[in-house]
Amino acid sequence: MSSLAAFAADLATGKLKIVDLTQTLSPDFPTIVLPPQFGQCAPFRMEVISRYDDAGPGWFWHNISVGEHTGTHFDAPVHWVTGKDLPNNTTDTLVVQNLIAPACVVDCSKDAANNGDYLLTVATLEAWEAKHGKIPAGNWVLFRSDWSKRQGAEYANVLEDGAHTPGPDAAAVQWLVDRGVLGFGVETIGTDAGQAHTFAPMYPAHTLMHGAGRYGLQCLCNLDQLPATGAMIVAAPLKILGGSGSPLRVLAIVPA
Amino acid sequence: MIRRPGNPTILPAAPLAPPAVRSRAARGLAVAAAQGRFALQVCAACGRTQYPPRDACVACLGAQLDWRDVPNGGVLTAATIVRISTDPYFRQHTPWRMGSVRLDCGVDAMAHVHGKCRPGARVRMALKLDKAGQGVMLALPEADANPMQSDPKLREFTCDPAGRRVLVTDGRTAFGQAAARALIAAGAEVFLGIAAAWNPFPGQNDLPGTPIALDLTDGISVQNAAAAIAARTDIIVNTAGYFRPGAGDARAAMDASYFAASRLAQMFLPALRARAGDGTHPACAWVNMIGINGLVPDPGAPLASAVNAATLALVRALRPEMRPLKLINAFVGQLDDQWHQALPPPKTSPTQFAQAVVAALRNGDEEIAVGDLARHTLAQWYDNHAITLHA
Repeated sequence: MSSLAAFAADLATGKLKIVDLTQTLSPDFPTIVLPPQFGQCAPFRMEVISRYDDAGPGWFWHNISVGEHTGTHFDAPVHWVTGKDLPNNTTDTLVVQNLIAPACVVDCSKDAANNGDYLLTVATLEAWEAKHGKIPAGNWVLFRSDWSKRQGAEYANVLEDGAHTPGPDAAAVQWLVDRGVLGFGVETIGTDAGQAHTFAPMYPAHTLMHGAGRYGLQCLCNLDQLPATGAMIVAAPLKILGGSGSPLRVLAIVPA
Repeated sequence: MIRRPGNPTILPAAPLAPPAVRSRAARGLAVAAAQGRFALQVCAACGRTQYPPRDACVACLGAQLDWRDVPNGGVLTAATIVRISTDPYFRQHTPWRMGSVRLDCGVDAMAHVHGKCRPGARVRMALKLDKAGQGVMLALPEADANPMQSDPKLREFTCDPAGRRVLVTDGRTAFGQAAARALIAAGAEVFLGIAAAWNPFPGQNDLPGTPIALDLTDGISVQNAAAAIAARTDIIVNTAGYFRPGAGDARAAMDASYFAASRLAQMFLPALRARAGDGTHPACAWVNMIGINGLVPDPGAPLASAVNAATLALVRALRPEMRPLKLINAFVGQLDDQWHQALPPPKTSPTQFAQAVVAALRNGDEEIAVGDLARHTLAQWYDNHAITLHA
């Protein structure tokens, strides 16, 4: 049996299962908020074209509008200035081989779930490796914080000095880049911590990851259903011409 | 006036309006009434005041009759009660008090008469917009009587918020919050629309009224809010819009103003209009906060000028179709907000705006200016549209 046939059989018999890591794309899902003097990412909107009515008697469909970084979405390297001149850095030129890749899931939920200022550090990553083995190059590293279990204001957690959501510190990002990871995925609105504008460098997960040609995944959910290692991630953004990212359906294939 | 619940098992009173056909000259009455002014034609040649409006002076046949503010005092010479009418609107509203008034400015006028006016006594005349949007004479007692606002005739021409349910569309801004506070103080029950509640905003911990999820940039959100409260809303005060100086994201600006108003109109107005004749507190008004730059473009705010002009054109075009609801445009100048911190006064403050809206509803005005800048600009525009293009 070919490996693909075995894969199909395992899916059919339920030896492998699919976990949906995607939040529902809806108008009231929080989007990133930049200072008001900057351009803003459009929230998701949908309008009925016809609904079995005079605008289309037998069919139902919508026009939708959305920003590239709305809802569960993919960040391509060109998103950040540090990645602007890299090869294959846009959604239409990404190496498709990378769009299906294994993941290491770093579970920090115990400490991060109730702490908007929680930072993922090198020490935590080294402790994870001591338990699960070295993070292989070409893997996604998914940061489990359980923040996807929150909703609305609790999820965005914007306070007077900006958002307070968990994320990696600069050293941890550099460490991951040096490991050769494919990209970094999170449950929160940004791959960076809410307060990452105060870090050096600012927004390290964007600055360093994209500067090294790596990817980002935001607004993931159901990371609690993934094993620490061994999940395959299917994360293929829309093939937007010159795009910096896109909303997408992220699926994980895991042993049942 | 106490709100009495209607009987849901019978047909509601239809949203009727009185006859609307008037001469071109008589439309000047509506122009004055919309601004809460008392203006009549005055002959440029001989100075004679004219009523009813006409095309040539009754005294000298002079053809230049200018609309000017004139003294509004007079004496109620006679009053009667109309009990029978062939007109559906008046049949719905009889008995109806009418009278004849001799005005100090030298004309006699048939007028609608407030219940507290006695024949032979002095009265204050006001021009009011009736449910068809025509300017009509209303005789009021010389001093405010008690009760004043509960007079059934006056209520036909005004939109007193007391006892009414009001939707204020944007509770995220100081303007929406101030409007809600002023309306509650005036006796209204307020639903306060809150968009993107997950994103904090100033004042969110001390909001007036009942918050309701409403994002006018999202059709689904407007539909959900309409499903929840449109059938119970008597007045809409739309404070959402785009009022920033300089350039910006034009698409987002249109979405926040023009499309917002369009969604409100589509999803709320039919329900309001259906109840515009019903019960003790019929649905009665749609108020829009609109930048005066929508009327006279402001070089310092080209984008806001364009989107406010679009919104203004839309709502004014809807006005005849909305009757008997009133469309009230509350024009504002530069707002006293963070976006205008680099600009010197005069600016329109939230409190100013809120008080002006309550006053316009009580008076039944339809075109008001809030703050010195908006007032000055609107006056110039009424005086001579063309000259505002070359200011």
